[in-house]
Amino acid sequence: MYNTLDLSPSRIEEEQLYKEMGLSDSEFALMKNVLGRVPNYTETGLFSVMWSEHCSYKNSKPLLKHFPTKGPHVLQGPGEGAGVVDIGDNQAVVFKMESHNHPSAIEPYQGAATGVGGILRDVFSMGARPIALLNSLRFGELTTERMKYLFKEVVHGIAGYGNCVGVPTVGGEVQFDRCYEGNPLVNAMCVGLIDQQDVQKGIAAGVGNTVMYAGAPTGRDGIHGATFASEELSDASASKRPSVQVGDPFMEKLLIEACLDVIHCDALVGIQDMGAAGLTSSASEMASKAGTGIRMNLDDVPQREENMTAYEMMLSESQERMLLVVEKGREEEIAEIFERYSLHAVSIGEVIEERVLRLEHEGRVVADVPVDALAEEAPVYVQEEVEPAYIEEYRNIMYRPEVEDMGETLMTLLKQPTIASKEWVYEQYDHMVQTNTVVAPGSDAAVVRVKGTGKALAMTTDCNSRYIHLDPHLGGQIAVAEAARNIICSGGRPLALTDCLNFGSPEIPETYWKMKQSVLGMSEACTTLSTPVISGNVSLYNESNGVSVYPTPVVGMVGLIEDLSHITRQSFQERGDLIYVIGEANLEFSGSELQKVLEDDYFGPCPKLDLEVEKRRQEEVLSAIQQGLIRSAHDVAEGGLGVALAESLFEHDLGCDVSINGDPLTELFSETQSRYVVSVPGEHQKAFESVVSDAVYLGVVTDHQHYCVKREGEDVISLFTPDLKKAWKEAIPCQLKSKD
Amino acid sequence: MKFAVIVFPGSNCDRDMFDAVRSHLKEDVEMVSSSTTDLSNFDAILLPGGFSHGDYLRSGAMASVAPVVRAIKEEADKGTFILGVCNGFQILLEAGLLPGAMLPNRDLAFICKTDLVRVANNNTVFTNLYEEGAALKLPIAHGEGNYYCDEATYRCLVDHHQILFTYENNPNGSAYDIAGICNERGNVLGMMPHPERAVEALLGSEDGLKLFQSMVANWRGSHVQHT
Repeated sequence: MYNTLDLSPSRIEEEQLYKEMGLSDSEFALMKNVLGRVPNYTETGLFSVMWSEHCSYKNSKPLLKHFPTKGPHVLQGPGEGAGVVDIGDNQAVVFKMESHNHPSAIEPYQGAATGVGGILRDVFSMGARPIALLNSLRFGELTTERMKYLFKEVVHGIAGYGNCVGVPTVGGEVQFDRCYEGNPLVNAMCVGLIDQQDVQKGIAAGVGNTVMYAGAPTGRDGIHGATFASEELSDASASKRPSVQVGDPFMEKLLIEACLDVIHCDALVGIQDMGAAGLTSSASEMASKAGTGIRMNLDDVPQREENMTAYEMMLSESQERMLLVVEKGREEEIAEIFERYSLHAVSIGEVIEERVLRLEHEGRVVADVPVDALAEEAPVYVQEEVEPAYIEEYRNIMYRPEVEDMGETLMTLLKQPTIASKEWVYEQYDHMVQTNTVVAPGSDAAVVRVKGTGKALAMTTDCNSRYIHLDPHLGGQIAVAEAARNIICSGGRPLALTDCLNFGSPEIPETYWKMKQSVLGMSEACTTLSTPVISGNVSLYNESNGVSVYPTPVVGMVGLIEDLSHITRQSFQERGDLIYVIGEANLEFSGSELQKVLEDDYFGPCPKLDLEVEKRRQEEVLSAIQQGLIRSAHDVAEGGLGVALAESLFEHDLGCDVSINGDPLTELFSETQSRYVVSVPGEHQKAFESVVSDAVYLGVVTDHQHYCVKREGEDVISLFTPDLKKAWKEAIPCQLKSKD
Repeated sequence: MKFAVIVFPGSNCDRDMFDAVRSHLKEDVEMVSSSTTDLSNFDAILLPGGFSHGDYLRSGAMASVAPVVRAIKEEADKGTFILGVCNGFQILLEAGLLPGAMLPNRDLAFICKTDLVRVANNNTVFTNLYEEGAALKLPIAHGEGNYYCDEATYRCLVDHHQILFTYENNPNGSAYDIAGICNERGNVLGMMPHPERAVEALLGSEDGLKLFQSMVANWRGSHVQHT
């Protein structure tokens, strides 16, 4: 259908063919206005991908401006391939997260694999060596063969790509809820390390300089991927499988090494990866940022299929490709560097003064479009917003679960796939390559040391979308606060965050309201906790056959651990250590794992969060860790204190003797925020209590492998740790094997 | 003692191997491209893990015909110490320097974890600083580490004491729990577990260090005798 070169501009207009490319009537009118004429087929294609939500953020821009993006350590905020944060010693950390939801729903292996590939390129195109990958995944319940298939293949795809390129996949999260049944979420985050003078920019500066193309040749895969990512999924989406790209991690590995080599060549002016909207976005964005234009001869674009049209080449999302701008006359130097890695870099155009993207193909000009119109001047939509009726209703519900046996409840919670061990997932990821992984997947945050220094980086992804469903504002705050808490638990100070905002259709007023409220909530937490947003991605239209996912703004956070001795794990380490819980529990079960187990639904008010209390506790816990007073730290999250205690026992097969006061149900399973379970060596008891103000003494770590909780001398829970561990560890493999 | 780390296109544990030798063993080490045809300047040759040439045909198959492999064979004949880890082991098998073949893991999934590996023979240049029967904590990370050989080959391996490492809880289905084997002469070792990932306590295990130290001690021993 897209091969029809002879479609005249007038036919495109009369038959409204632009609609097939996702453009509206008013957008087409705007294009005509910009050009002063009716665009041809190729030009219409360029606009359609660049003005898609995926590339232009046309629906989310007005919301994104609320995010604080500056801070004393921020070297590069949103706008480049990835954000850059100073970590001292002239080094910086570079990171970003991106979604690959729609491709993964249709073709899970390649969808997930190319998601990893794309985010890697965002980071190494900045000049940084990728040192870690994380993944934030959302699936429906593992009860159907379809969902098991999607889950397995997404994990295989991430493993297949990440393992091959030699970047460790060190962490992430997996949540299972019915709302993700038709539209799973696959968000990939990459963290890179760079010497500050090596930071690259994607700019096409210097009129007369040469535009070069490096990496894999262009094929017909992924055409209109960005447009596809910007519409709702339906049963007909399987026909969009050709919109899904195919990855070649071996090519990517060569490209990483070649690019990290080429950045040291001073003939290089600018470099950017060809991500969504491929050659179109990289060329127009690089020129737009530099205030220049680009002329390209598409005959020179390396192609792996015959008779490709200008339209196909420009819209292809073939993977593992980079666009470079190089000083005129020094093209050979660049090509030679790529040759060392068995890769080709060829000249395909030049930087021109006139600020247009001018494309030539087979001897004629096939497109001539202002670069700013493509890259910067997409229409911006402020959508109508309406608070959904259920929100107010939920605020006034009082929910108290009915539970009799606390031990049985604990056992049930540990078997829930969202809480259960994710070993089945992360054992398939090479999480150790590069020999820097100090804290492997499975702890609150992963820890990767920085070779040649005494420092390390802590990193995590978090978002409890159930809370955001109940109250997007509060839930947004919690997402940021929980990520920061996880960094704190590992001994790090949160530096900044990247986000991946996964929502339904912004054209539905209720959805747009939730987007806005969650962004506002996140922004407030970012400001209070001093964690600016340095990069991110928006994924809208996450709906399938009319059902939207819960609003899921995933937070990817990186923290700095100043000294390797501060690295702290979530597991109890030593018999006799004192166990404390920091912060008191309230009756807060709405959106909890227990509510899901009992009610198969979420309703009622979201747990409260006091950002000032959050901040103070974070400061106190970090200070106690840095003073060496804490042996282990774990945040209290899904499943409450009861689950957090159990998780602290598993690594070293320990036990605990704990006494609680008050209502056992609330004490053990409420999901009240800003809480931690820590273990403290006996000799530091006094010092610890003087540093951490809200610490409540619970009991001691034992080596008799018993999980014992007492209240007024009576057993509330008395279970054998290995039994709990078995339930927790085998839940996901069991569900995958079961036939129903 | 001078080590070479052979870098094939797609190797990804090359830098880890390099760091282990330079920073933890504190010996001289150089990265060497797989297009090299002469390795006579080196006292030991290390083939790192990764996905050489994407492992698109069979793991190690394309790498086994790289120019450097002829040089590796020459050095093997001279008695130079050669260690292939993970993809390096697969390349040594494909090149015919070691007997047997690799199959996909029993459960058909990539496995990455730290596992217990038993020293089955400590009477070699690679293992003599270990106690015989010692259980080592070594990381594994592979999709095709299911070692296979026929009964006759196995007999031969046993008779010549070529099995150096076995898995304690066979994670991948390897025949006879085999994790690492050497050639008859004892100077070429291939193993799936990663000793270079186990050279510092910070990362969870130092049990791989003695393997490299054994190589150095044995090289020094023979070197001193000859001079």
